[in-house]
Amino acid sequence: MKDRYQELFQQLDARREGAFIPFIVLGDPNPERSLAIAKTLVEAGADALELGLAFSDPVADGPIIQAADNRALAAGMRQEHAWSITSKLREAYPDLPMGLLVYANLVEVRGANAFYAAAHEAGVDSVLIADVPSLEIDGYTAQAAAHEISLVMIATPAADERQLQAIARCGRGYTYVVTRTGVTGVDEDAQLCHGELIERLEGCGAPPAIFGFGISKPDHVRQALAAGAKGAISGSAVVRRIEAHLDDDEALHAELTSFVSKMKAATRQPAGGRSERPCH
Amino acid sequence: MRQEGRFGEFGGVFVPEILVPALEQLEEAFLDAQKDAAFEEELQHLLKHYAGRPTPLYRCRNLCAETKTRIALKREDLLHGGAHKTNQVLAQALLAQRIGKRRIIAETGAGQHGVATALAGALFGLETRIYMGTKDMERQQPNVFRMRLLGAEVVEVSKGSCSLKDAINEALRDWATTFEHTHYLIGTVAGPHPFPLMVREYQRVIGREARAQIVAQEGRLPHKVLACVGGGSNAMGIFSDFVDDKSVALVGVEPAGHGMHTKAHGATLQRGKVGILHGARSLILQDDDGQVQESHSISAGLDYPGVGPEHAHLQATGRASYVGVTDEEALSAFSRLSREEGIIPALESSHALAHAIALAEAEPEREQLLLVNLSGRGDKDLEKVAEALSKRPEGTP
Repeated sequence: MKDRYQELFQQLDARREGAFIPFIVLGDPNPERSLAIAKTLVEAGADALELGLAFSDPVADGPIIQAADNRALAAGMRQEHAWSITSKLREAYPDLPMGLLVYANLVEVRGANAFYAAAHEAGVDSVLIADVPSLEIDGYTAQAAAHEISLVMIATPAADERQLQAIARCGRGYTYVVTRTGVTGVDEDAQLCHGELIERLEGCGAPPAIFGFGISKPDHVRQALAAGAKGAISGSAVVRRIEAHLDDDEALHAELTSFVSKMKAATRQPAGGRSERPCH
Repeated sequence: MRQEGRFGEFGGVFVPEILVPALEQLEEAFLDAQKDAAFEEELQHLLKHYAGRPTPLYRCRNLCAETKTRIALKREDLLHGGAHKTNQVLAQALLAQRIGKRRIIAETGAGQHGVATALAGALFGLETRIYMGTKDMERQQPNVFRMRLLGAEVVEVSKGSCSLKDAINEALRDWATTFEHTHYLIGTVAGPHPFPLMVREYQRVIGREARAQIVAQEGRLPHKVLACVGGGSNAMGIFSDFVDDKSVALVGVEPAGHGMHTKAHGATLQRGKVGILHGARSLILQDDDGQVQESHSISAGLDYPGVGPEHAHLQATGRASYVGVTDEEALSAFSRLSREEGIIPALESSHALAHAIALAEAEPEREQLLLVNLSGRGDKDLEKVAEALSKRPEGTP
């Protein structure tokens, strides 16, 4: 089994870089434009993609991503269209790690086996189910493994020993570190001082930590890496740019290229190893 | 978690990881309180002196008197707040205090749960915020005013179907940010564990009283127990103490809206498919791609495309059965109880009543004793009903 995340992290380590992973909702604002947007993100320097399947009731998401889900659903987005987009991305980028972010009912509707089979067939590497916490993960591990899908699990600042052990046991690909409470969004000042959590994750053998929630500026990326993360995911900040340029494709792609380039540039660390930044 | 929170294949804890500690804390507090005599004593005191328990069991004098069916009403409409909701809200508010929360939030459909939460907030001095869909705020204006009078902040939810489902989404999002000082006071037997179990236990008082009352008054158990089902809390409340009485049929009445053959209904148990929504595996009205569909009912309190997981389990095991009653049939029952017994029922409860009337009239010679949970009173529905009745042809009851 080819582990694209593992290969990516090795390459980035060698280049002294962190991973920048943008998130979009597949089908936002419609299937064709969504594919073009994903390609622009990769061409602009994204190291991997995190792709959302639109859902009618996204309770872990704030207003920006809720609106993206609504646009995709209004454009007639269905799971089969998502597989078509990821298949094309896989064809264009054979080594790009691609993760899905979904809600449990989207897996449940066809059953975990069929869902993971379809995802694998369509070139997807990992699946994170936003409303399946570590308590319920045992209902998914065997099916995911059977179809070579990595289960990405969430670590929270309040993670207890049981949660960490579950992540170490079942998590694959990377560990999504939710850096604050609440739902997805764009933060002005992100609090990214989770060095202790990263040490605990490393200590129990969990997959590499990637920070998410609120990350919207190059400085957030630098802070995440300084705290010991392998990279950062930025969702609402990307989706907000799509929303702002719905009528102007050219401006949209220019804006996304500029944003991703800046965020990616912030993952390139100066010589001297893990920089110790003061945490407040 | 000390328990898995499963009812057969249904239930569970399907929430973002960030909320798990809050649910673990709540489960622990709930299980501890169940064994705490002081907690129980305070709750019983409030239920009796503040809320007005026990509520009466009243056997209808006139309704269906021409048949051999006797209809007994459990009068939760007489409870303080106007519906059964107050039972479990008082209990959850006590729990919230016990675990040191200073703020409570809740979703509401018809507004009855919102009103109950708002009065508990006033009573215990807790900051209170109620999420309510735009559509429901329009059709339940008096309750919006009541909540505000009681000092609660009512937040309009204008997303998705602008109804109960979306109000729950917003409350869950609020809670994911505020759980350290906020208790999410869910209004029904849905949601992640421990809510379905906890809310059922706090509503069990309805069935416990009704069972003793009907045996005392009628000298026997009822043939059937009927209750309307939206999320399902009043039904679980009255069913639970009858579950072991195998001779008693348990019948849940779902909103058939414009008819079960249409798409405009809220009959989740009869038409839904297994899925995961709002924290639990249960039945859901959804399309073939897993998107949750909008439900419809004339009664805001039943207008929900999900249902509590224990109902899905009771249906799967055959212990309870579920039927549908249309908007029209509910309206007729609403009018008839008002005119024939001098009791104005909530539109939600009118669904259960309509099915009782249908059973009586289908077999007028059959001797049967039906226990109906009259879960709420209809004051909140007067405007909606006046509008609906004005559109009907003359001569319809």
